[in-house]
Amino acid sequence: MCRVAGILLVEDDPSVRTGLELALTRQGHSVTAFSTGEEALDHIRARRPEIVILDVMLPGIDGVEVCRRIRRLDQLPVILLTARGDDLDVVVGLEAGADDYVVKPVEPRVLDARIRAVLRRVESASSDRISFGDLVIDRGALKVTQAGREIHLTPTELRLLLELVRHPGQVLNRRYLLRVVWDHSHVADSRLVDACVQRVRAKIEPVPAEPVFIHTVRGFGYRFSPP
Amino acid sequence: MKPLRRMPTGLRTRLVITFTLVAVTASALVAGIGYQLVRNALINRTERAALSDVTRTLEQITVPMGDLWPGELPPTSEELAEVQKTLGGPGREVIVRYQSTVYPDRNLRMDDVPGEMQGQALRRLVTQRAVIDGQVWLVIGTQPHRTARDGTIQPTGMTVFVFVSLVEEQRLLADLREGLAQAGAITLIIGLTGALLSARRVLLPVRRLGAAARALGAGHLDTRLPVHGRDELARLSATFNDTASALEKSVSELRSLEAISRRFVADVSHELRTPLTAMTAVTDMLREEAERLPGAPAEAVHLVLHEIERLRVLVAHLIEASHIDAGTATLRLEHVLIADAICDCLEMRGWSDQVRVNVSEGLSISLDPRRFDLIVANLVGNALRHGEPPVMVTARGTDNGLEVKVRDHGKGIPPEAMPHVFDRFFKAEAGRTRSDGSGLGLSIARANAQLHGGTISVRRQEPGTLFTVWLPHS
Repeated sequence: MCRVAGILLVEDDPSVRTGLELALTRQGHSVTAFSTGEEALDHIRARRPEIVILDVMLPGIDGVEVCRRIRRLDQLPVILLTARGDDLDVVVGLEAGADDYVVKPVEPRVLDARIRAVLRRVESASSDRISFGDLVIDRGALKVTQAGREIHLTPTELRLLLELVRHPGQVLNRRYLLRVVWDHSHVADSRLVDACVQRVRAKIEPVPAEPVFIHTVRGFGYRFSPP
Repeated sequence: MKPLRRMPTGLRTRLVITFTLVAVTASALVAGIGYQLVRNALINRTERAALSDVTRTLEQITVPMGDLWPGELPPTSEELAEVQKTLGGPGREVIVRYQSTVYPDRNLRMDDVPGEMQGQALRRLVTQRAVIDGQVWLVIGTQPHRTARDGTIQPTGMTVFVFVSLVEEQRLLADLREGLAQAGAITLIIGLTGALLSARRVLLPVRRLGAAARALGAGHLDTRLPVHGRDELARLSATFNDTASALEKSVSELRSLEAISRRFVADVSHELRTPLTAMTAVTDMLREEAERLPGAPAEAVHLVLHEIERLRVLVAHLIEASHIDAGTATLRLEHVLIADAICDCLEMRGWSDQVRVNVSEGLSISLDPRRFDLIVANLVGNALRHGEPPVMVTARGTDNGLEVKVRDHGKGIPPEAMPHVFDRFFKAEAGRTRSDGSGLGLSIARANAQLHGGTISVRRQEPGTLFTVWLPHS
């Protein structure tokens, strides 16, 4: 699979598609746009983009389903374009593995900031390996393994986990996590954090419903304290 | 017109009083007439019996007296005492007066005979009832006559007063009175019971009707009454049911119309979002390009950009408002540091330099951060647009929640506009036809505060306006 830097945009409305394509291209991104999820999935298999921007309401298979199918193969970042800010599709989309979402109509500046935040490289610390039981986090190689088996995390999930691990035993509130992991500088949706924590738990916790690594502190945030 | 004097009592009491009055009057009338009839009959019978007895006894007296026949001797006192004894009997007392001699009985004397009777008795047979020493007597007085030698009938000169005791009759009448009183009491009880029962019968449907009307007023439009029988109350209940049905029908029609129009607004807002998204996507590009355009076209581009921004705010507010109307708005509570939330809100909108913030350090409360942001943003946005600087935001914890105040120093809202500031699309100044606000901001702020169980109030200041938000601890 050859890796081509660029944005894959999936949007069925031609005007919105053209508008976003124009704006993102102008901001220096390389954009490939499709109007259906099926076409986009075919394309991802052939040429892996850096990031996918996905409209939720699509003819045929919808954005959430496309996201779910992408996650089955790949940990590439996905940003959802939703019609409503507090709708069910946000929750469903985040559960399906989306890294972030923006509400239409989105300002190009905001979308650009989100793209850059999601694509931000995780700063690797030199040869720093920490292990908690059979969970090994290699902060140099940016790899997480459990019992020798590699765990695939999206860049956002990895950043969240590293941030939590960097402050063991300390409660990090959602606002802080939104700022450092997602680059959201204002009151943003804490569901992003909650959904991402759920996904990380699903990948590293022996029993996700009874977490031993990432603990919820009700009303405040999350704490990494290994057993 | 003089107002009618209000009856101090309810329908039930009035019914009972009326019913009882009728029952008591009727039974008293019947008892009274009956008693009088019985009493008269009883006394007349006793009187007739006593009279005929006295007359018969007197006829049998052979003692010579008055104008004596030859060979007759005037009556001796023994003979007169014998006459007295013959007339007497159980329950009777007899006084005999012959010429000037009086033969009184055991207990009664001549003084006990009513004065007018003493004279009348000389001429004819008289009867009278008299109360002597608390006892009722029938007094019969007469002077027997006798055939004289010349064949004429002459008075004998002996006056007889027979006192017939009416004790037995009085006792009978007392028994009768007692019986009648008992019957009256029973009638009264029956009357009262009947009155209460019929009052209940009448009032129960009335009360039911009242309760149903209250329920209808409280919004239970499906309230109906059972209709029994064909009386006035049944017809009233049926009328009530018809009215309620008609009301329910028209209200449900109104509601469905309202739902349709709400749905329409929501749909329109959503439909507007797609073209708006396409337009918004290219705004930054257009803004940059406009700088290279000459005056008029650049102005045109700026106008379009400005209107796109307004449309964006309007659509966002319309969607928010239709969410609230549809009742689908939910709270997602989180522990929030108020100082951070307010600063984030201002910073995101580029208002930090224009607003003075005073929030106690570490003040935190559980609330929906997105909705709190909307409340603060709409109040501050309103203050910045319509008021004058300085705009101040202060927040403090109270015993039962959080209080946020937003104050500007502008002209203020005209007093007559105060009750409407939270109305949708209300513009305080009639002359103002255009504003950058959507006209929905304050109503959305209030709806979001109410969603938290809180309130927003507005007060005029000298100068300016003060909005106070109160959100309770959840």
